[in-house]
Amino acid sequence: MSTTHRAFPYDIDRARADFPILNQEHHPGTPLIYLDNAASSQKPLSVIETLDDYYRRYNANVHRGIHKLSEEATVAYEAARVKVRKFINAGSKREVIFTRGTTESINLVANSWGRANLKPGDVVLSTVMEHHSNIVPWQLLAAEKGFTLRYVPILSDGTLDMDTLRHELATQPVKFVTILHMSNVLGTVNPVAEIARLAHEYGALILVDGAQSVPHMPVDVQAIDADFLAFSGHKMVGPTGVGILYGKRDLLEAMPPWMSGGDMISRVTLEGSTWNDLPYKFEAGTPSIAQAIGLGAAVDYLTQLGMEQVQAHEHILTEYMLERLAEVPGVTLYGPQYSIDRGAVATFRFADIHPHDLAQLLDAEGIAVRAGHHCAMPLHDYLGVGATARASVYLYNTPVEIDALIEGLYKAKKVFAG
Amino acid sequence: MEDMYREIILDHAKNPRHAGILESADIECEEHNPLCGDRLHLTMRVDENDRITDVAWDGDGCAISQAAASMLGEEIIGKTLDEVRHIDKERILEMIGIPLSMNRVKCALLSLKVLKIGAYGLAEWRKSEDEEEDI
Ligand SMILES: Cc1ncc(COP(=O)(O)O)c(C=O)c1O
Repeated sequence: MSTTHRAFPYDIDRARADFPILNQEHHPGTPLIYLDNAASSQKPLSVIETLDDYYRRYNANVHRGIHKLSEEATVAYEAARVKVRKFINAGSKREVIFTRGTTESINLVANSWGRANLKPGDVVLSTVMEHHSNIVPWQLLAAEKGFTLRYVPILSDGTLDMDTLRHELATQPVKFVTILHMSNVLGTVNPVAEIARLAHEYGALILVDGAQSVPHMPVDVQAIDADFLAFSGHKMVGPTGVGILYGKRDLLEAMPPWMSGGDMISRVTLEGSTWNDLPYKFEAGTPSIAQAIGLGAAVDYLTQLGMEQVQAHEHILTEYMLERLAEVPGVTLYGPQYSIDRGAVATFRFADIHPHDLAQLLDAEGIAVRAGHHCAMPLHDYLGVGATARASVYLYNTPVEIDALIEGLYKAKKVFAG
Repeated sequence: MEDMYREIILDHAKNPRHAGILESADIECEEHNPLCGDRLHLTMRVDENDRITDVAWDGDGCAISQAAASMLGEEIIGKTLDEVRHIDKERILEMIGIPLSMNRVKCALLSLKVLKIGAYGLAEWRKSEDEEEDI
């Protein structure tokens, strides 16, 4: 069955060996098959050891101490920032802000840039395929500031309706475009460079939600010309509790702080305060130090493997997954079907088995998938489905695991056929 | 332990040269370093050829920041604004002459930051900072 694959770009078994968690049985005799990578990825030993090393050897606060441990922690924390800068090709490490994740990064932009710049009459343009983290912050702000939030629809093939997007930009007073790069449900990869070009043509800024793209493909902020890019460490073999907001320097310089407290100030008096330089202006309080350093190790890991390679691996595997799923009678797939420009998720419904039941039955076979609305309820409303099942692959998944998923579906069908 | 602070640094820190605030200064600027709580306030006079005729530092903070300011003041008097433009991080660290950790480098560079922002503006300082990125 799995002998017909095109050549994978690297040795999958060797990559798998880097991830200790994959080397376990779900229950005796049944290997763990992890297909919930869009929710969170697993971590290689190098990342785990980096966290361990920090806590064992040089745990201390950053930017606050003169002593050796604080110095070592600060150097490692700042080195991680530089690694991330190179990874996304930002022009300056000052444009790389450590946050808690994509959600916090988007909230930062909404609450800092948005609160300072948006007023009644303005339009913020988004899409129906956004994750809740790129909808709710803007809804909250719209209620407060009185601007309008508008959503570009998708076409029947799951791609973004670019004609409507152009029309919106041409006819509405759009000041800000906020859009995901890759859909965590549909797998759709939006043409963000083209959208950025259009947004800028009409005088709008653009935020790209890279939560699903940065872990899976090369992303170059300068090539895209994104004004802001948000992503999470935990989806890219890094730790939880750390993510990135990239922002163009001149925009960040002009933005007021959002969270405030220690580290983000230059000087505080009881009458008022002045702000620290970038990026610290946006890093109030003790940051996720171990996690940021761990994210640096994750970036090293991905860089060593090569993001083109990761993308090529996933493309072969995704194509196989979509093909095999399409062969199963009763499977309905959502999102673009066989295009090259397609992310590594397969979202589907299976016969009349509720996705939660399906996920439960698959779990009994050692297979981890996600069921529900995947934090994209508006998209599910739009598709007219209540919940879906989702299998998402990453750099360490294999065709054999896809075969197991397909077998699992047939078994589930038998259970429900009674 | 004794080697950590060279004699000359202690001397400059204890007896800072050009301390105070100049009346009718042509250039005035103040910056802070939140790590040590260092504060430096620069006032400076230049003649019609942009030659620095007088410098005064008012401030408080760690020995490194205050000594660096004192030494920098001596260095720039008599030079034109254009001539001091090339004074960079390396030059300051050379004057300090002791190895500094990443956090302490910020203390040493505070006076340079005040001078550059005062003389050329914030944008110019940021540009010079960017050149030494990714360390
Ligand atoms: C497209 C997209 N945006 C944003 C997020 C939110 O990421 P986080 O929960 O790490 O903040 C996710 C992940 O769930 C996502 O898939």
